[in-house]
Amino acid sequence: MSARTADKIATTIFYIVIVAVVILLASLLGYILYKGGRVISWDFITSPSKTLDAGGGIGPQIFNSFMMLIISMAFTIPLGLGGGIYLAEYARPGKLTDAIRLCVETLASLPSIVVGLFGLLVFVNFTGWGYTLLGGALSLTVLNLPVMTRVCEDAIRTVKDELKEASLALGATKWQTITKVILPIALPGILTGIILTSGRVFGEAAAIMYTAGMSSPNINFEVWDFTNPRSPLNIMRPAETLAVHIWKVNSESLLPDAREVADGSSAVLIIVVLLFNALARWLGSRLHRRLTGKA
Amino acid sequence: MNTLKAKKRNEAFGRFITFLCAILVIIVTFSLVIFIASKGLTIFVKDGVSPIEFLTSTKWRTEANPPQVGALTFIIGSLVVSIFGILISAPVSISSAIFMVNIAPAWGQKLLQPVIELFVGIPSVVYGWIGLSVLVPFIRNNIGGLGFSVLAGGLVLAVMMFPTIASVAADALRAIPEELNEASLALGATRWQTIRRVLLPAAMPGLLTAIILGLARGLGEALAVQMVIGNAMNIPSSLLDPVHTMTSIITMEMGNTAMNTLPNDALWSIALLLLAISLVFILLIRFIGKKEAYK
Repeated sequence: MSARTADKIATTIFYIVIVAVVILLASLLGYILYKGGRVISWDFITSPSKTLDAGGGIGPQIFNSFMMLIISMAFTIPLGLGGGIYLAEYARPGKLTDAIRLCVETLASLPSIVVGLFGLLVFVNFTGWGYTLLGGALSLTVLNLPVMTRVCEDAIRTVKDELKEASLALGATKWQTITKVILPIALPGILTGIILTSGRVFGEAAAIMYTAGMSSPNINFEVWDFTNPRSPLNIMRPAETLAVHIWKVNSESLLPDAREVADGSSAVLIIVVLLFNALARWLGSRLHRRLTGKA
Repeated sequence: MNTLKAKKRNEAFGRFITFLCAILVIIVTFSLVIFIASKGLTIFVKDGVSPIEFLTSTKWRTEANPPQVGALTFIIGSLVVSIFGILISAPVSISSAIFMVNIAPAWGQKLLQPVIELFVGIPSVVYGWIGLSVLVPFIRNNIGGLGFSVLAGGLVLAVMMFPTIASVAADALRAIPEELNEASLALGATRWQTIRRVLLPAAMPGLLTAIILGLARGLGEALAVQMVIGNAMNIPSSLLDPVHTMTSIITMEMGNTAMNTLPNDALWSIALLLLAISLVFILLIRFIGKKEAYK
């Protein structure tokens, strides 16, 4: 076989692989949305779930997922931003910096279930809290901290040196330069990272099933006293999220309509993730345009 | 306005706060290792189970008297499913990376980057759910067996490994100096010859890193695998046999055993083994990274 024929065959195979990958993604998304679309209704996404009868919804689980997202990001963003700033601007080459980087890398590659088990030891047993929304959010913080640190560091590193030097030459301190010059410019990159990480938080189950629990108390949306165990704002209550619910419905539940519930929940999860992805792209390009002044 | 003293204090404050965030990553990593290790070593220290037995015996009867704690069934299960996943995923993922970087850099990148992001965005429970509702019945009806099998688990993992392997492999290919590519083409080699004889060997350390990261993803994945492999105590003799993995036994039994009893402590030993495997992978990647030919 001549080299040219081999080249043609190879190129054809590469194209076939790519087409197959794209078709696979399209059919995965299409299947989830099609199956879920037949189940999703206003009633389904707002009403509470049932344990034995058909016809339950996923209202509390959706609410818990968003609560979990907000609380975990409230920890993850400032900590990751701080770590990222340190690594990009202050850290000098040396043993300590190496150790920090090694830990970031290690923590980032741990299986999420191991992080969840660590959460179980620390935020459930050691603190004596039991299964709580806060414990789940903190476990997710441990899971996403290395990712956030990296995203922030990378975003800060893309800022041009001339801008920093100009600011320092004008007499600004390093910290002033970071907060007033570098961070605003790095913002699009950081925001994109935050939104993509949010998608991950929203779909994560293994890290929180043994920290936030696999049940949700009967939430009463009229109770706004956050110490009441039935209040939606109470972060010291168990909080089953949507992703955990899908797993539980499949594995342990006695629901006659488990299939439909899982179909609908998967679709809601995917829709939220797709929205996050779209938002990240839109915001990224928009902010980039505004900050660089290019039309 | 800002006196010099206030400026200095402000500067020290910023530096200190970001330093704390960076140090937190080290503290979290160390406490994670210590917490999991102290729990995971309990059965060896307190109950006198031999570590050799733990790693080489297939008898897992933790409730029996005397208890038998052999985790080999799960170790083999994890390895078989993950390696099967890698065998399918690596060629497709690396081909996609080559396509994106070398064959159609103009639009391949634009098409595949969002595709990869979406594959990452789909939560693992949703992958598991599709595996359970589509793949398992398909295998049962068309190929044979129960459907819950190494085959189903490996295929689900192959899809989940794709974004990891493809994006790391693409980075490795991008890092190769353009001159290498041009020199080969100028010598009259076809594109396929260049890819096979020049680019792939030059990117080999990076490609190995990609495959190891994919393998780590597979070994650590819990819920998606657990949903489709059947969870039977079984050393598989064919791709259609059900298996149990390290993550699946932890997922299923952690909630069903009481803390501080031997059956529960034995699960923590498996968690420690998972942690140890991830740490070994990190060291391996660091080792390969140092040998990288082109940087």
